[in-house]
Amino acid sequence: MTALAPHGIAVRGLSVALPGAGAVLRDVSLRVAPGECLAVVGESGAGKSVLARTLLGLTQDVPGARVTAAELAVAGHDLRRLGRRGRRGMRGRDVALVLQDALQSLDPLRTIEAEVGETLAIRRVPRAERRGRVIAALREAGLPDADGLLGHRSAELSGGMRQRALIAGAIVGGAGVLIADEPTTALDATTAVRALELLGRLRDEGRALVLISHDLRAVARVADRVAVLDAGRVVEEGATADVLDAPRHAVTRALLAAVPSGPKPGGRVLAPDAPPLLAAREVTRRYRNVTAVDRASVTIGRGEVLGIVGESGSGKSTLARLLIGAERPDDGEVRRTAACVRLVPQDPLGAFDPRHTVERILRLSRRGDAPSPAALLEQVGLEPALLSRRPATLSGGQRQRVAIARALAAGPDVLVCDEPVSALDVTTQAGILALLRRLQRERGLAMVFISHDLAVVRNVSDRVAVMRDGRIVETGPTEEVYASPVDPFTAELIAAGS
Amino acid sequence: MIRRLGVSGAIALAALAVLLLAIAWPGLVAPGDPLAISPAEGFRPPSAAHPFGTDESGRDILTRIVHGASASAGIGLAATALGIGLGLVLGFAAGLGPAWLDAALGRIIEVLFALPTLVMALLLVAVLGAGAGSSILAIGLATAPGYARILRSRVRGVARSDYVGYARLEGDGPLTLFRRHIAPNTLWPLVSTATLGIGQAIVWVSALSFLGLGSPPPSPEWGAMLNAGRVYISTGWWMTVFPGLAIVVTAVVLTVLGRRLAGAGR
Repeated sequence: MTALAPHGIAVRGLSVALPGAGAVLRDVSLRVAPGECLAVVGESGAGKSVLARTLLGLTQDVPGARVTAAELAVAGHDLRRLGRRGRRGMRGRDVALVLQDALQSLDPLRTIEAEVGETLAIRRVPRAERRGRVIAALREAGLPDADGLLGHRSAELSGGMRQRALIAGAIVGGAGVLIADEPTTALDATTAVRALELLGRLRDEGRALVLISHDLRAVARVADRVAVLDAGRVVEEGATADVLDAPRHAVTRALLAAVPSGPKPGGRVLAPDAPPLLAAREVTRRYRNVTAVDRASVTIGRGEVLGIVGESGSGKSTLARLLIGAERPDDGEVRRTAACVRLVPQDPLGAFDPRHTVERILRLSRRGDAPSPAALLEQVGLEPALLSRRPATLSGGQRQRVAIARALAAGPDVLVCDEPVSALDVTTQAGILALLRRLQRERGLAMVFISHDLAVVRNVSDRVAVMRDGRIVETGPTEEVYASPVDPFTAELIAAGS
Repeated sequence: MIRRLGVSGAIALAALAVLLLAIAWPGLVAPGDPLAISPAEGFRPPSAAHPFGTDESGRDILTRIVHGASASAGIGLAATALGIGLGLVLGFAAGLGPAWLDAALGRIIEVLFALPTLVMALLLVAVLGAGAGSSILAIGLATAPGYARILRSRVRGVARSDYVGYARLEGDGPLTLFRRHIAPNTLWPLVSTATLGIGQAIVWVSALSFLGLGSPPPSPEWGAMLNAGRVYISTGWWMTVFPGLAIVVTAVVLTVLGRRLAGAGR
């Protein structure tokens, strides 16, 4: 490991205008000292990612982009003077990016050694020296068994290990400035906590760290200071504790209010003693030699929301597919007294025919005497003007609302929601959660709500089932489980999620 | 749609309109008789009376090119239609049928693919005998495997997509799925490929005629005109250049349009 240079980030009066988008950043000033962590938070579209890319010198390469600043110093380089070549030389060596999607940012065909060592290979570090530095970086990123991992490919690693490998790839070049763009959004609660702890440790070693996120509470674990970005301006900046406890700006308050926390508002709707609408009894599903769901039993009563939580790969989605009948169990049975069960998928865009308009999508899904497409949109809080649009032109929150409207078009008794908010930023997420609660309250709709995010599950469910390795390890009324978890794994999950 | 075509697309569209007019009503564009010979007028270079010159028998080359459009472009169109039709049947059968059918069709398509298109077309013409009909059949059969393969992979992708999975969950039957989702999402992308294919097919039709395997000599087919003019290339350049230009321009126009359509569809 080379010695870390005593530089950080100093930005004064930074403005960025992009062709087609206009002014994206306006008069932004930031300072990050070595050994310090600044969190940049804001809604999607606030300019967070453009800020990250400008600090890396990537925005400057966009044709037609205008970047002006009174001061723009990153890791000891004056980015205003540096040419394209200089900026390229700076990346990896002095400033590095930790990417958002750990699951997709690694090339599936290349070994971990090749992926992590890429920065070194580009800098023509001799092959003999490379291996040692890759191993050192992997160890530093919290993968002690680095020697054994070198020859593996990303598919053989868990999500948490991949995120660590990505972080190793960022620090292998000895960069003194790290920029992490939503580093934990794709991770489940326990893995996210560990990744954040690792980033905190890298900061303690003297690196300047910029954490970009839409989730104020998540970054609060490591950030020393927080800057809130809104429409390209820094509207509030201060020590993390001050911003969290006494937010001064309305945008900050909205961001904080949107973070799901505490028990479900409105309390538990008591289900009458009717036979359950959906019941899985001891269902098992195997794929070749992997048991995805192992003797799981759940029931969903009329008008209740059952939350299913667990880490990625714990079998939540497979259980959902068994419940809606998309797959048959190898063992056990699923009983359905509900007339109609509908799915709200994780990725709504992929589940819409790209050639169809919103109106056609809704019309095709109507069954019986369902309301008109315009009325359906109104139920999910969207303007009828969206009827003529295609899904690709909608925002993430609008797409998820259209997906819910489509599920409602059949007049279902049960909605199965598979990670419906995990791809959305906190403000949009809060809106969707409120919508789901309202549908339950007003229409008596029963729901199965699947998520890796414990705070989100607590926010909507009456009962909760905790899954691990295909089994349901604990189930019960939400607040009881959260207050006094019986299973040690549940206790660990809850500790990580709050 | 028109606005998305851009300047080059608009020019190509205009040129295509002229070509279609020449195919549908050649007498309107060039009123003369393409077969009328007047030996006294032979070997005239381009002039006001004969903008593209005349050939060895004194026939007006512009008139012949215009009247030849239906032969060259018409055969190209018909051959592409045949190729796509066959490709559709093979592609949908392989993409949606049972695994054994897919495997069997896959091997057949691979064998056909092993032969270059023109070589296969030559082989078929050699078996069927020369003429317009066998040109259509030969080029149609030779291009079908390409379309089948594109369609099959596209069909597979769409059939596995989340939206088809969702529609299946909603209880849509296989026919509804095909009509509503699979066919539109696979056929529209094929339109641009087909437009590119027509241009290519016209080049192949002309190549077959040039080799003397297409339309018989007096007919004003572009490839045949090239072949006839080849003998006089040192003295009468216009006899080869203009039919050659007709082939090139037609192929370029269709290629530009095909690419624009592919871009607009995305």
